[in-house]
Amino acid sequence: MTPTALDFLSELVRVRSGVILQTEKSYFAESRLAPLARREGLESVEALLTGLRQHWDEQLAMATVDAMSIIDTSFFRDRAVFERIGKVILPTLAAARQDGVVRVWCAGCSTGQEAYSMAMLAVQVEQQVPNLKIDIIGTDLSQRALEKAHSGIYTQFEVQRGLPIRLLLQHFEKTGEMWQASERLRHAVRWRQLNLLEDRRSVRAFDILLCRNVVRYFDRQTADRVLEQMAGALAPDGVLVLGAGETTGAPSLIRDETAPETYRKTAARGQAAA
Amino acid sequence: MGLVVDDSRSVRKVARRILESLDFETAEAVDGIEALAFCKAAMPDAILLDWAMPNMDGLEFLQLLRQEPGGDAPVVVFCAAENDPAKIAQALDAGANEYIMKPFDGDIVASKFSMAGLL
Repeated sequence: MTPTALDFLSELVRVRSGVILQTEKSYFAESRLAPLARREGLESVEALLTGLRQHWDEQLAMATVDAMSIIDTSFFRDRAVFERIGKVILPTLAAARQDGVVRVWCAGCSTGQEAYSMAMLAVQVEQQVPNLKIDIIGTDLSQRALEKAHSGIYTQFEVQRGLPIRLLLQHFEKTGEMWQASERLRHAVRWRQLNLLEDRRSVRAFDILLCRNVVRYFDRQTADRVLEQMAGALAPDGVLVLGAGETTGAPSLIRDETAPETYRKTAARGQAAA
Repeated sequence: MGLVVDDSRSVRKVARRILESLDFETAEAVDGIEALAFCKAAMPDAILLDWAMPNMDGLEFLQLLRQEPGGDAPVVVFCAAENDPAKIAQALDAGANEYIMKPFDGDIVASKFSMAGLL
């Protein structure tokens, strides 16, 4: 791949998804885009990018960004986070809600493992907190990832990453060599395509906002802008959880000193500590 | 101490390397009979257990192990080609702590060991 083509790709991905590609990894781009180039009947990835540069095609541009999206996820990733959500955050929020409804937004949900983990966790917590009702929405930029998330179908390898065997048997059905999330789990989550970079006003207030291993691929300024916007979608006593090692300087968010990678709205300081 | 029980030499070799990378001192057994003899002499902390083996299979070994004095202590992680939900449930009922469906890799073993409280 020529430096021109690689620069073009990096800029396209950065502008559309916020992700900063490591440009020394051109083999990564090659391997991700080769199937798309083939599908388009083009002879190479280079031809795909050159063609796009010369004759803009919005659909092909988005398919290119989609193919470059980072899919690295597992069930119950960072187990301690889910333990804390199950033991402390969910029961506290359910108790604070008259209708017991806790609204969860998995931002950058990729192929759905995190959202389904939340749904499984809620089934467990319901036994101690009977009035809990969980409402989960998973969003991602990648249509390809969302299709997989929506199907709830995973390979045997995928269901062995982070998912305890008892939960696999409880919540998944074996279909051929694949495993599919139960109807109950699939009904617990709604999926939407959403670009976190786009300006929007949220009409809903979320109680738990998971945005883990997403902003680490953005530059600092973009990350803070995206998270500042997300703070507007957070209930006054809601929590935002970032991925391991991620931090933010977004002005409307303040770190919860009692738990790692957890933020609250600055306005909520001093009240409703979970 | 981790014990790898599998009749395939190549699987034992791969599994041993993975367990050693997770800081387990590792021993091997070729079937249930050899594994049971090993456990009677020295109970391991973890057992990575194949199902289909000659002489004594993994399920029978597990049932006998759990009846031994101190036999409830080892964390037993099945690592078997059987991937039918009913079969897996049978292994859990017999006292398995976790279950890996072959083929497996180091990430899966580490993930399952961690779930079973070994890491």
